[in-house]
Amino acid sequence: MTDKDYVRIFSRFKGEEGDLIPILQKVQEKFGYLSEEAIKHISRFLKISENQIYGVASFYSQFRFTAPGRNSIKVCLGTACHVRGGQILCEAVERELDISPGQTTKDKRFDLQRVACLGCCALAPVIQINDDIYSRMTVIRLKEILGKYE
Amino acid sequence: MNSFKKKRKAAQRKWDLLKTSKVPVIYLGTASCGRAAGAMEVLTSVQKTLKQNRLKAKIVQVGCIGPCYLEPLMDITLPGRPRISYANVNPEKAKRIVESYLKKDDPLLQLAVGHFGDENTKFTDGIPKFFDLPMLKPQVRVVLRNCGFIDPEEIDHYLANEGYSGIMNAFGKKPEEIIAEVKEAGLRGRGGAGFPTYKKWEICRSSPGKEKYMICNADEGDPGAFMNRSLIEGDPHSVLEGLLIAAYAIGASHGYIYIRAEYPLAIARLKKAITQMKDYGFLGKNIGNSGFDFDITIKEGAGAFVCGEETALIASIEGKRGMPKSRPPFPAVSGLFGMPTIINNVETLGTLPNILRNGASWYKQFGTQGNHGTKTFSLVGKVRRSGLIEVPLGMTLRKIIFDIGGGSRKPFKAVQTGGPSGGCLSEEFLDTPVDYESLDAAGSIMGSGGLIVMDEDTCVVDVAHYFLDFTQKESCGKCSPCRVGSRHMVEILERIIKGHGQPEDLTKLQTLGETVKRGSLCGLGQTAPNPVLTTLRYFRPEYLLHVTEKHCPASVCRELIEYRVIPEKCTGCQRCVSVCPTGAITGPRAEPHNLDPSKCIKCRACYEICRFDAIAGDAIIIRSKRRASDEQTK
Repeated sequence: MTDKDYVRIFSRFKGEEGDLIPILQKVQEKFGYLSEEAIKHISRFLKISENQIYGVASFYSQFRFTAPGRNSIKVCLGTACHVRGGQILCEAVERELDISPGQTTKDKRFDLQRVACLGCCALAPVIQINDDIYSRMTVIRLKEILGKYE
Repeated sequence: MNSFKKKRKAAQRKWDLLKTSKVPVIYLGTASCGRAAGAMEVLTSVQKTLKQNRLKAKIVQVGCIGPCYLEPLMDITLPGRPRISYANVNPEKAKRIVESYLKKDDPLLQLAVGHFGDENTKFTDGIPKFFDLPMLKPQVRVVLRNCGFIDPEEIDHYLANEGYSGIMNAFGKKPEEIIAEVKEAGLRGRGGAGFPTYKKWEICRSSPGKEKYMICNADEGDPGAFMNRSLIEGDPHSVLEGLLIAAYAIGASHGYIYIRAEYPLAIARLKKAITQMKDYGFLGKNIGNSGFDFDITIKEGAGAFVCGEETALIASIEGKRGMPKSRPPFPAVSGLFGMPTIINNVETLGTLPNILRNGASWYKQFGTQGNHGTKTFSLVGKVRRSGLIEVPLGMTLRKIIFDIGGGSRKPFKAVQTGGPSGGCLSEEFLDTPVDYESLDAAGSIMGSGGLIVMDEDTCVVDVAHYFLDFTQKESCGKCSPCRVGSRHMVEILERIIKGHGQPEDLTKLQTLGETVKRGSLCGLGQTAPNPVLTTLRYFRPEYLLHVTEKHCPASVCRELIEYRVIPEKCTGCQRCVSVCPTGAITGPRAEPHNLDPSKCIKCRACYEICRFDAIAGDAIIIRSKRRASDEQTK
């Protein structure tokens, strides 16, 4: 993360107030999360306080303030998934990796998030690891699938 | 205008070339839902099979045609023959079908689900027309007409199918005439509230402002709803054309599409479509020589359910916390950056080109008086045929759930309409026509179009708790009835599902629910109690069983159930022993196992493996604790 990275991201924006969320998204896309340093840089660029930025960023569930793992697990807890056992699945992941949603494993191999709906309701319950979506999931298949990711 | 005609002609030629292709055409549904079911693996397998066998064929990736339970879907057209559709394809099955049909001219009709020909010929002997399948027959396709047929990344495919003729017709009229046409068509907002679209437009058109903004609300946040995503992924240009029409009618010069970041494929397709529009002159200055200038910016939502609310969405685009404001002033008067702004839902916009192309009277043939037109729904949950559907308004819930969806495998219990803002309706409401007023009268709402079917294995108290827990977490915290009231309601529901509920809790829930409804500023709080209030009204006995007898009849609420081994059925295969994370199951091989309830965390692993390997079949059961104690007293 060098100053150049920030300059490159900021160069696509005019520095208007409405740019804040897209900038946060781009920064997170680049670095994986919003670090204190990143928020300082954004504050200087947009000329709004760090507090204000943190206020906006913490409002939206997309933004994270801790470094993600090498693989990101999203357990869908939409209605269809809930009815078909999404919560039990989520707990099974928590047990398997010994982390809670929002946390990253010590070895940085996985991080876990609960999401409201991935929109594959007809194939519930669903989990997403990185860009792969696993449908009609069971607790039993979970172990085997997690083993595929290093 | 002339250049438009030229482009349409070129597009038509390209489309005809595909339709009269001299080589076979293979269509693959590769929208998000198809991909989740494995469509990309099928695509790779098809490409490999063609290469290995030196076969020539065109592959067209299309959007979602609707029946998700049949995904992945692969269709094949041979020159001069009807398109044949194969369901639940996997890489091996795809290879087999492609080799058999393209090499040996045997279409393996026993594996086909339907065909798209006009009538049955010897090539389709014994298989039905795709649109005669029970799931599709009662449906009409207006908004979804192109989904599954055109390549969503080809503007020419859209153009060749009468695309952009709606906006061209609109350019021939005055904006006021367009508003009148939409009024005549009776189009109401498809985002959920059903406010007449023309009314908003009229207000915005007559409001003074240096600039006006047109926003497409694609922040489809309801869990269990994916209609908007499917439409954008399958036919992005129809939504963009609708955005143009609306912008021209209200006099906006800039448009925004506010879309969930969780929909990466939909965003990519929109971006591509917008670039194509620029190339074809549908965006920019003086579009179609009409003197109308328009540009579109995509704003990715950052994950806040409340941003589906108009004023919160505007705050979010402005770079602020997405908190709703009190109205008036309505956004149509003072919205984005203080300017007159219209926000329309994806489906509302997707409907507009159809109205402008075919006229209001054509559109009015669908639906009922006061509820004209069609509505898309995502039919999911405990239903046999799940997927994306489009029906005329006024169709009964029974017809949708049983004729289209094929009902549930176990006895039907309830249907939830309108997502977390809607209600749970019991069996007696099955003959309710699906229109804004009837659903409202039943205590639910139309909502954006999620229909979640529940059978006797679903606990309504658990579902009510689920929805309220969701809205409570998504509450922006601005007003206390919503922030504190919903939190308190969740706590009461938690008590009930854990078996600590008191009879007076039900009255408390009712009173609190009504207070939150009345006292909240925006739609989120005003509708959040609906799932609880409707279940209290229609499923009170189930609440009472939880409270007085600590019994969950659906065997869902975890504190009220237990797992048990049936010794007569258990073969002692030890598979459950190996998956149990807490060592609760013990027993020597070939002898019935023992399950220690004090160690059991109810993780379901043993239950699943018992069915999965089918050695013992269903030797492990989940049952209500009360039933267990009943047996003991006997």
